[in-house]
Amino acid sequence: MSGDEFQATVRVTGKGTVIELIGTVNRAAKDQMEDAYGEATETPGEILLDFNEVDYINSTGIAVIVGVLAMARAENRDVGAYGLSDHYKEVFEITRLADFMHIYEDAATAN
Amino acid sequence: MALRKRSRESKSSADSHSALEGESKTRALDPIVIPPGDSLETLLLSAGGPVEVSSIDIESETIDRLRDDGVELVVPLIGQGELLGALFLGQRLSDQPYSTDDRRLLGNLASQVAPAMKVAQLVREQQAEAKERERIHQELQVAALIQQTLLPKELPSISGWNVDAFYRPARAVGGDFYDFIELDRDRLGVVIGDVTDKGVPAALVMATCRAMLRAAALRHSAPAAVLADVNDGLVPEIPPAMFVTCLYAIIDTSVGEVVFANAGHNLPYVRTSEGVVELRATGMPLGLMPGMSYDEKIYRLSDGDVMVLTSDGITEAHNPEGEMYGFARLMGRVAGKTKDDDMVNVLVGDLEKWTGADAEQEDDITLVVVRKISSAEESASVFHPEHEKVLAEFSVPSVEGNERLAIEKVSVAVAPVGLERARLERLKTAVGETVMNAIEHGNRNDPDLDVGVQVRADGRRLVVRVTDHGGEHIPDAAPPDIEAKLAGEQTPRGWGLFLIEQMVDEVNRVGENGSHIVELVMNREGDA
Repeated sequence: MSGDEFQATVRVTGKGTVIELIGTVNRAAKDQMEDAYGEATETPGEILLDFNEVDYINSTGIAVIVGVLAMARAENRDVGAYGLSDHYKEVFEITRLADFMHIYEDAATAN
Repeated sequence: MALRKRSRESKSSADSHSALEGESKTRALDPIVIPPGDSLETLLLSAGGPVEVSSIDIESETIDRLRDDGVELVVPLIGQGELLGALFLGQRLSDQPYSTDDRRLLGNLASQVAPAMKVAQLVREQQAEAKERERIHQELQVAALIQQTLLPKELPSISGWNVDAFYRPARAVGGDFYDFIELDRDRLGVVIGDVTDKGVPAALVMATCRAMLRAAALRHSAPAAVLADVNDGLVPEIPPAMFVTCLYAIIDTSVGEVVFANAGHNLPYVRTSEGVVELRATGMPLGLMPGMSYDEKIYRLSDGDVMVLTSDGITEAHNPEGEMYGFARLMGRVAGKTKDDDMVNVLVGDLEKWTGADAEQEDDITLVVVRKISSAEESASVFHPEHEKVLAEFSVPSVEGNERLAIEKVSVAVAPVGLERARLERLKTAVGETVMNAIEHGNRNDPDLDVGVQVRADGRRLVVRVTDHGGEHIPDAAPPDIEAKLAGEQTPRGWGLFLIEQMVDEVNRVGENGSHIVELVMNREGDA
């Protein structure tokens, strides 16, 4: 499974909680994503997904993000994202993920 | 022995035999043939009616025979100035001599029978000719079928090389052939040959020779050994007075090295930046005598060099003045500046100019052109609107994650196309999703099964073809509904096909020989 390494770390900032994603977002990222989400919900406010260190997202990764978004919606929790490349921004628009999460240019505009 | 009363009929050609055998007193003669040049023929042609044998005083073996057979009267059957036959009559049954009335009657009869006989004769000749034409036509069709079935269906597609071929049979179908044998990843065998003779015999020898060459090419790595082997195999099989001229070359496509041997075939020409070079190697044609050995030579093709293999249908074609096209003219045309991929068209066009466009082709015409393209040209050639080019062909084992490998390789392969960045990213995503589907659904994650990927482009389109072993594929699903997914009413999954379709301009899916193929098409307007 070369290139499939994934890591999600939670960082609490002044304005909310950031889940920093590193590596490949695919089905293998599911458990770590869900754990990170759980950890992030301990702090109130918008949860921000930082995609700066993500090199690849595939359809199974989209499903993982949809799963996290579904959990957030059930809890009325806002989710935002930043650090997406132009291509993945387009993918988020095509899949309408962008309709259900705030897409920020970068950390500065998000925070 | 001679019957006193008899009536006889015969005619000058021996193919018909009828008799008027009304009574026992009559009998028929064996057919009487008047040999060409017999003075009786001249006499009958000039007689203008029935002739009494007793009045003939010329020297002729036929007359002697007529007398012996008791023939009294000869009634010539003349049509369009030609003696078609004659009625030979013996004594009248009444023992009376033939009267003037009898002769007039017989003369009238002959003048009516002769045209009918002429018509019958013409019809028979035409029927025989039609039958012969049909036989020849069928034979040619069989020969053409044998030949065309065995010629390569497609040209080899090798990165850095352009291979082109032309074959046009003459009406009588000669024994030309060519072949490409992919020996391994870097070595391509190229064959051009010509069987003396035409029609079915030549086609059968061609088929035998081709099969022997293919088998020998796999047994031996040296072209000279291949030809020697085929020669020994062919000698006992080939009909007498037939032989095969043949050139066999192995091209190492990684470095451009050509190793070749020649069994009496036209010499190949190579157009280089410094002029035309003849690739000389000597050897006897195949099938003449056993135990022959063949020269083997090496030539290294540089970027841009064009190797041209021809059959003698080109060099021996005549113009209306009867002059042969010849080697000098061929060499001159090969040397001339041509558009990069156009050598075949240039040579065929020049040949047609030489013979005249309407002239009947004397012999099969075969051309094989192999060009080593430079890397600069290679990247330029993917912009040619019609010439499709394979940019990459590879496979990956069906292991999850290998879609990333495929994405990387496709990215490298499409670099010369210069896709706009956003479109390249879309293509990469589509390739990743398609290969992932092929690994998971087509090959059911079986690491022993490969997913094939081919990338090709012409000036209009870029096509990535992903092939798997055709297991279960997801049927077309409705577009994913994110709201239903977020509400937990649908699985969060199911984005793959949707993404693929959104990322490229066209997706084609086909099942072919137990495989499942997905073609991703990017139209190239506006790229690079």
